[in-house]
Amino acid sequence: MKKIKQLFAGAMLTTFGLPIAQADYALNLMEGVTKVSNDIYDLHMLILWICVFIGIAVFGTIFYSIYHHRKSKGHEAAHFHEHTTVEIIWTIIPTIILVAMAIPATKTMLELDDVQESEMSIKVTGKQWYWDYQYLDSGVHFESHLDEISEKSHRGHTIDPHTVPNYLLSVDRPLVIPINKKIRFVFTSADVIHSWWVPDLGWKKDANPGFINEAWTSVPTPGVYRGQCTELCGRDHGFMPIVVIAMNQGDYDNWVKTTLEKQNAKPDLSDQSHEQLMANGSSVYLKNCVACHQIDGKGVVGNYPALRGSAKVTGGVDPLIGFLQAGTSKMPSFAKLKDNELAAVITYIRNSPDIGNKVGDEIQPKAITPVYDDDE
Amino acid sequence: MSAVTAEHDHDDHHHDDHAHGPEKGWLRWVVTTNHKDIGTLYLVFALAMFFVGGTMAMIIRAELFEPGMQFVDPQFFNSMTTMHALVMVFGAVMPAFVGLANWMVPMMIGAPDMALPRMNNMSFWLLVAGILLLASTLFMEGGAPAGGWTLYPPLVLQTGKALPFAIFSVHLLGISSIMGAINIVATILNMRAPAMSLMKMPMFVWTWLITGFLLIAIMPVFAGAVTMLLTDKFFHTSFFDAAGGGDPVLYQHIFWFFGHPEVYVMILPTFGVASTIIPVFARKPLFGYSSMVYATAAIAFLAFIVWAHHMFTVGMPISGELYFMYATMLIAIPTGVKVFNWTATMWKGAMTFETPMLFSISFVVLFTLGGFTGLMMSIAPADFQYHDSYFIVAHFHYTLVPASIFMLMAGGYYWLPKWTGHMYNEKIGQLHFWLSAISVNILFFPQHFLGLAGMPRRIPDYAIQFSDWNMISSIGGFIFGASQLLFLYIVVDTIKGGTGEKVTDEVWEDAHKHGLEWTLPSPVPYHTFSTPPTVIPCDHD
Amino acid sequence: MNEDVAVKNKRLGRNLAIVAIAMFGFGYALVPLYDVLCEWKWIERDRPDAIKAIPETAYEIDKSREVNVEFMTTLNESTPMIFSAEMTQLKVHPGEYHTVNFYAENKTASPMVARAIPSFSPALTSTYFEKVECFCFSEQTFAPHEKKVMPMRFVLNPALPHEYKTITLSYTFFDNTQTAIKK
Ligand code: HEM
Ligand SMILES: [Cu+2]
Ligand SMILES: [Cu+2]
Repeated sequence: MKKIKQLFAGAMLTTFGLPIAQADYALNLMEGVTKVSNDIYDLHMLILWICVFIGIAVFGTIFYSIYHHRKSKGHEAAHFHEHTTVEIIWTIIPTIILVAMAIPATKTMLELDDVQESEMSIKVTGKQWYWDYQYLDSGVHFESHLDEISEKSHRGHTIDPHTVPNYLLSVDRPLVIPINKKIRFVFTSADVIHSWWVPDLGWKKDANPGFINEAWTSVPTPGVYRGQCTELCGRDHGFMPIVVIAMNQGDYDNWVKTTLEKQNAKPDLSDQSHEQLMANGSSVYLKNCVACHQIDGKGVVGNYPALRGSAKVTGGVDPLIGFLQAGTSKMPSFAKLKDNELAAVITYIRNSPDIGNKVGDEIQPKAITPVYDDDE
Repeated sequence: MSAVTAEHDHDDHHHDDHAHGPEKGWLRWVVTTNHKDIGTLYLVFALAMFFVGGTMAMIIRAELFEPGMQFVDPQFFNSMTTMHALVMVFGAVMPAFVGLANWMVPMMIGAPDMALPRMNNMSFWLLVAGILLLASTLFMEGGAPAGGWTLYPPLVLQTGKALPFAIFSVHLLGISSIMGAINIVATILNMRAPAMSLMKMPMFVWTWLITGFLLIAIMPVFAGAVTMLLTDKFFHTSFFDAAGGGDPVLYQHIFWFFGHPEVYVMILPTFGVASTIIPVFARKPLFGYSSMVYATAAIAFLAFIVWAHHMFTVGMPISGELYFMYATMLIAIPTGVKVFNWTATMWKGAMTFETPMLFSISFVVLFTLGGFTGLMMSIAPADFQYHDSYFIVAHFHYTLVPASIFMLMAGGYYWLPKWTGHMYNEKIGQLHFWLSAISVNILFFPQHFLGLAGMPRRIPDYAIQFSDWNMISSIGGFIFGASQLLFLYIVVDTIKGGTGEKVTDEVWEDAHKHGLEWTLPSPVPYHTFSTPPTVIPCDHD
Repeated sequence: MNEDVAVKNKRLGRNLAIVAIAMFGFGYALVPLYDVLCEWKWIERDRPDAIKAIPETAYEIDKSREVNVEFMTTLNESTPMIFSAEMTQLKVHPGEYHTVNFYAENKTASPMVARAIPSFSPALTSTYFEKVECFCFSEQTFAPHEKKVMPMRFVLNPALPHEYKTITLSYTFFDNTQTAIKK
């Protein structure tokens, strides 16, 4: 029923071009919040209007002749087939227009390119399929994944995306920046090419493995700015959004302080209840494992093995820990996970009804010893 | 209109296999070296691939109909976008134009057949082999290639078992189109009737001559790029692998050195068909024939020096960004000349609006829209926003669907009566046109809005604010897809007898003034111009 | 078809085929050409294999300005290693020699072969960044669980244009163990 209603709404819109219903109908490029993005917007509007005027002239001429120069109205065909002056004019005029466009375009390009005199640098690493942010000055360093509820919604088919706030455009840990500071971003990738795009900042930049690229921004107003990866990077390319929060210097400084405190705190390795382990394990699984092994633990036939019923998962704990920490040629190492996270996710995959395993145990953080072992 | 006479003394020099009609039975189609048979094979195959690629597009649009993952897995979605593009480019549009060239080039230049008939047969069957190999990857472990038609490393190296097969299929398709191009170029340069000087050639022949050179220059480069992928993956070279001192961005430079001219391979013959059809229905000679020729050549030349406009965000030094921006902006000039010339051809004509003309007019308008967005994207700083968003999806679909595909269909309507001797059903033809022209805009126009609003391309699911335009686009897509069945019906119906109306030799009023093919009987006999024609219709000097 | 024309067609066909084969070669020629263009700094950045040790020269130290040099470390494909730089930022005067230590540790119980690939931003600064000693000049082998301190000694050529005030040097470690075994 809902589908039919939507279809109907779509059809109405199509026929009448009327803006009805929920979402806002963005038609044009967003102006964005930075000076550069405004300049780009102005450029965009300039070219757009030039195109509109040329379009009106050309299409107007075509429709005029369609209407007046038709045989059914008894119009006799003329016989001219060239006209040097006209041909020269319509080569020269576009050339002049192009030169006129190239001037502001060059200015904006130079502005975009000028990363020097920056006040802080942030390293952005694209990974399949999340972003990794490292603040070079303060040492704040974290991963930014699609938020859990969007993750559950697009994978589980049980949560209606319309009910998810900022579906596919929110993350668990946004990038936080201070306003009015020239911030330099340095991009790289740990696997394939990604591209970091926040339309409000006015640009996107590719993250290439083994190489670095740079770009800069300076945001004048506090706010939340959203974007996405724009270079096809595999299976979950559509699911690695970007959220940037710009705040006042004071708020930002506080944020850095608390974040660093949390970052440097020793992980809590005390024993947890089964429920706690399962709940934490579920979050870890959604961030790190679900892309390949899927929400139901069934994997993808031919690509990624199932965890459901897998002997490696339900068998001995120590080999499993070693396996996760070392990784294989096909699966990355998860040595980055803290002991409590590793314990939780192992408990989760061994016992979750969603994954379809039921060993009936719980692995406590203390049980994790660094065993690092190659699978091959 | 001028008539040129030339002596003809070739009467008794018929080649053996030209002395009799077609072989009997199905074997005719396998062994044929007749340009008309091979043209038919190409066209039929291309039409079939159009529907295969179209089915994939329907799957894509169905998944994008509303937010949330509905029907397919994200990986399969990526395979669909990749295969859709590869099948449409290498299986539908390019072969269709080769098919048209096979049929029309000899007839337009007064030649008895293609220059290298046996190679002609081989290039068709290599095409079939290449496409079958490509299609077979859909059933391989790990799925079909899913890294996009541009096959960027390192992503494409993550393909499963399909990778080497996909690469070999690119090799086969490349060899096939190089052979096709060599044949067409040789035909045009060597086989023209003595009275057919270069500057008397129909525009379609001119555009194909230039396209042929483009193909010969770029397909091997693409073959080289994918061979490097192959050796990187299996033989420890590291052209594109940073770990061994290579650079993934190098692949993009090589690919787009091929890729940008490649898009012109698909549009130049389109221009040629438009320049052929518009004068006939405007009852006026083509405006500015020689500037059309020069503009085409200029576009082809520029095509080689603008490739990195596909890579503005890849991280080039400012000098590179600016150079590629200026060079790309230049393309707008010769492209503009073409559009103005078509407009001037219609101006003060005595137009009628049969299906081929309807498609041609909508081509001029909608292609121009695609050119406008192209111009917008050539502005490098603005492309920092547009790049890899739905805006560019809209751009290239405007240049490919209502341009290349529409003109292929226009060509079909225009020449079918000549080929079959039957008239197609004009009513259904016009219905097909109106449905296509309206739905193609419902399909692609909203994609401009989506891109500007921030929707990246090649994603299987999207944020809620993109819902409405996506739904509208999908609805347009379904209507467009369904409408194409009308074309299939019309083609089959026309071959079977069409309206039953017997068509005259020139089919369209005064068409004989515009092209040699209309001086031949309808349907065209199996062998034509065994003796070169002596009177060359030429409406432009 | 006339005999002469048939011969002409074959010849032209053959010549065009030769052009096609030459263009295949041209595709490969684009690889070294790319290096040349990179050296001109026209298209791209430096390629790692072009970076070699430069003998220590006595430059005049330019005390009048300081350049902020940043160090970044990345592990490709979550290579099971620890890799970090002694510091992320260092202020240097052009002409002054500095040594920065990088730490790497093999976290697995098997030997490992890895290669660090450098990259500069802004790319155009790479020619002024002269390395006397670097772990990136060659592949590094690690015993199981081995920890290494790897010094990198460098100088900024005082010819560095004044507009560059921040330079980032990034190293990405690629695990080449599999390739090394196969070779
Ligand atoms: C006025 C002429 C044109 C200009 C200035 C132009 C410019 C551009 C630019 C700058 C891009 C890159 C956009 C981006 O990735 O950010 C692009 C993409 C593209 N253009 Fe055009 N274009 C023109 C005409 C055409 C024509 C005639 C065709 C095809 C028949 C075409 C097909 C394409 C395709 C297929 C892509 C996208 C390729 C991909 O990334 O998959 N364009 N064009
Ligand atoms: Cu991506
Ligand atoms: Cu292009």
